[in-house]
Amino acid sequence: MMSSIPMGHGLILAGILFALGLAGLLMRRNLVFILISIEIMLNGAGVAFVAAGSRWSQPDGQIVFLFILATAAAEVSIALALLVRFYHQHSTLDADAASGMRG
Amino acid sequence: MTSLMEAAFYVAAVVAIVSTMLAITRLVAVHALLYLIVSLLAVAVDFYTMGAPLVAALEVIVYAGAIVVLFVFVVMMLNLGAQARDRERQWLSGKIWIGAAILSAILLAEVIYLIVRAGNVGSISGVVGPKQVAIALYGPYLIGVELVSMLLLGALVGASHLGRPAPKKTEAR
Repeated sequence: MMSSIPMGHGLILAGILFALGLAGLLMRRNLVFILISIEIMLNGAGVAFVAAGSRWSQPDGQIVFLFILATAAAEVSIALALLVRFYHQHSTLDADAASGMRG
Repeated sequence: MTSLMEAAFYVAAVVAIVSTMLAITRLVAVHALLYLIVSLLAVAVDFYTMGAPLVAALEVIVYAGAIVVLFVFVVMMLNLGAQARDRERQWLSGKIWIGAAILSAILLAEVIYLIVRAGNVGSISGVVGPKQVAIALYGPYLIGVELVSMLLLGALVGASHLGRPAPKKTEAR
C-alpha cells in the first residue's frame, strides 16, 4: 500500500474543503446549513493534519484528527440542542431572528 | 499498485469537492446531509490512500455514522416542509452568495499559491497503522485523552440541559 502523493496535493484538498465550508458559512442563513458548513471546515482542517502526519510517518497527525473529531462531536451535540430550542422559541431557523435581544 | 492508490486519491478528492459543493448549495436540508455523507466517505478514502487506515475507519464510523445521523434526527424532529424550501430559495437567490463565494475563492487562491510556491516538500508515502497511533495516544498524549473525555462529558451535560422540555412561559414577560 505504498503510494506517493505529493504533500501539496493533500494540503490543497484540505484548503479547498475549508474554503467551501467558509463559503457555505457566509452565504447561508439557515442554521442547519451553517452547522453543516462548520462540520465541513473542521473536516478540511483534519485532512491537513492527517496529510502532514503521514508525510513524516508520525502518528501525531492522526491523534490531532481524533481530537478534532471529539471536538466536532461535542460542538454538534450542543449546537443541535440549541437549534431545537431556538426553533421552538422562534418557529424559524433564520439566524437573523436571533439578532435582537428582548430586554 | 502505486499508481492505483494515487488514482484513488485523486478520484476521491474530486468526489469530495463536488459533493461538498452540492451540499452547501442544496435547498433541502436532508439532501445537503446526504451529499455531506458522500463527501465524508470520499474523504475517508483519501485518508486510507494517505496511509491512515485508523482515521479512515473513524471518519466513516464517527463522522458519517454518528454526527450526520444526529443532524438527520434533528431535521426529522423539526419537520420542515415545502415552505422551508421556498424560503431557502428566496434566501439563496440573486447576488447573496456571490460575495461569499468571491471572498472564499480569493483566500483559497492565496493558499494554493503559497502551497504551490513552496515547491516540492516531499510526498505522502508512509503508512501509520493503528498500533503506532494507539501507543502514542496512550503515551505522550494521555492528558489530551483525559481532556477530551471531560469535553465530551461537558457536551453531554450541556445537551441534556438544553434539551429539556421548554419551561412554561411566565406571565411577567
